[in-house]
Amino acid sequence: MIIAEGKPLVEVAGLIKDAKKVLVVGCGGCVTVCLAGGEKETGILAAELRLLRKKEGNPLETVEVTLTRQCDPEYVEMLNKYVTDDVDVIVSLACGVGVQFLAERYNKWVVPALNTKFAGGTVAHGVWEERCGLCGECILYKTGGICPIIRCSKSILNGPCGGSQGGKCEVNPETPCAWQLIYDRMQALGKLELLMEIQPPKDWSKSRDGGPRKVVREDVTIDG
Amino acid sequence: MVESKIAKILSKGQFLVSGEIGPPKHADPSEIKKHATLLKDYVDAMNLTDNQTAIVRLSSIAAGVHVLQAGGEPIIQMTVRDRNRIAIQSDLLGAYSLGMRNILCLSGDHQSFGNHPTAKNVHDVDSLQLIRIVKDLRDEKKFACGEEIKGQEPRFFIGAAANPFADPFEFRVMRLEKKINAGADFIQTQCIFDMERFERFMALVRERGLHKRAKIIAGVTPLKSARAAKYMQQSVAGMIVPDEIINRLEKASDPKAEGVAICVEQIKHLRTIEGVAGVHIMAVMWEDIIPTIVKEAGLYPRPKVE
Repeated sequence: MIIAEGKPLVEVAGLIKDAKKVLVVGCGGCVTVCLAGGEKETGILAAELRLLRKKEGNPLETVEVTLTRQCDPEYVEMLNKYVTDDVDVIVSLACGVGVQFLAERYNKWVVPALNTKFAGGTVAHGVWEERCGLCGECILYKTGGICPIIRCSKSILNGPCGGSQGGKCEVNPETPCAWQLIYDRMQALGKLELLMEIQPPKDWSKSRDGGPRKVVREDVTIDG
Repeated sequence: MVESKIAKILSKGQFLVSGEIGPPKHADPSEIKKHATLLKDYVDAMNLTDNQTAIVRLSSIAAGVHVLQAGGEPIIQMTVRDRNRIAIQSDLLGAYSLGMRNILCLSGDHQSFGNHPTAKNVHDVDSLQLIRIVKDLRDEKKFACGEEIKGQEPRFFIGAAANPFADPFEFRVMRLEKKINAGADFIQTQCIFDMERFERFMALVRERGLHKRAKIIAGVTPLKSARAAKYMQQSVAGMIVPDEIINRLEKASDPKAEGVAICVEQIKHLRTIEGVAGVHIMAVMWEDIIPTIVKEAGLYPRPKVE
């Protein structure tokens, strides 16, 4: 899923400082699971913003809505009745995708309440880790199911570099060296020789370097 | 045709001595020129580091020009941290046109260690892929995209790094083999303090016959003080400094002289290890000491190359 975390309250407050009424929109997708932008967090953020503004003697009106998903126009439409003329700003607690879908749909100033971090998963309660670099061409079959693109701090395809010591990455002693993990796994699976194959330079045009990407599934598109 | 001076020395089986110059954090080349002039008769070639520890410095290729002008033989270091394959190949063409004949292909220290930790790193290719790019430019007359070079191709003597002190230890030799398979002609190692581990490494190198396929140049670093040694031990990634070396420096009445003595001992020992084709002296911020070390190690005068 997409992992996000809330921006500091004062930062969000600064983004809406001129607004009298804001629509605070949560998302029922990934950010609900990673406890950053679901219904609960949306309610808390709205309450905190109101409280802060009350203290400042400049009261704020908030309306809170949590959509099933902000990254889907079908659900975004559900917001229509709340986007009234007197709403000055829409605060989105979705990932960057949701923020943009709202901005595309409504002629309103839309601001993000979260920082979108990465594609990852839950490793312990309250702890999420990055696992996928969204490079557009999966090579996990070459590396024993461990991604060097995102888990190696240098995205090395023929690792490990000289900074791997004691199983840790030189960049952070708490970060496991992805190539040590790959080595251990390949050895355990009896496939160490596969690592002797020289991996050629990657085709980054399939990653973000090729510009915004698009996936089209013609078998499910509905021709207008 | 081999144009590299160090390639000629190594092909004759002569024990190579290389040094290293760290370019300055400003645009005045006088220090580089001074060091190059001082070192040129004591080392066969000098590495010019490429923004080492990710700190902005005068470029390695520009520094190489100053070394050439002073009569030295440059080995330009090139990292893949700051350049994509377009910039890499452009710089290789440029460096060759300026007279550079040796390159050391590196990943590069992570930018978080340097003075621009918020920079975006590139890593379009890795150091192994860089080796292959340099080889294909030379031997296939082809760019990385496969397009033919219509004109003079850059003909570099290709170096790569090996760190016997990083982990996983067993894979270090396999990765060295991979680098040689990719096209490395010579290897410069991380500075060696843990001689026992380096000997184990070389035994594995010989087992695989790698010393016959590429020239292994052993890295050494003279230490000025126990403090410098502790810093290396604790703060430099991928480095092992045994306590014994720190103890010797602590007990010495003249730690600098002791540091030189240790380095000379290491060089003399390295010369006895089968498969070691030379030494690379990395006297960080202490380039002036290199002539003394070379003389005391019995490696002076250096061979003349036509």
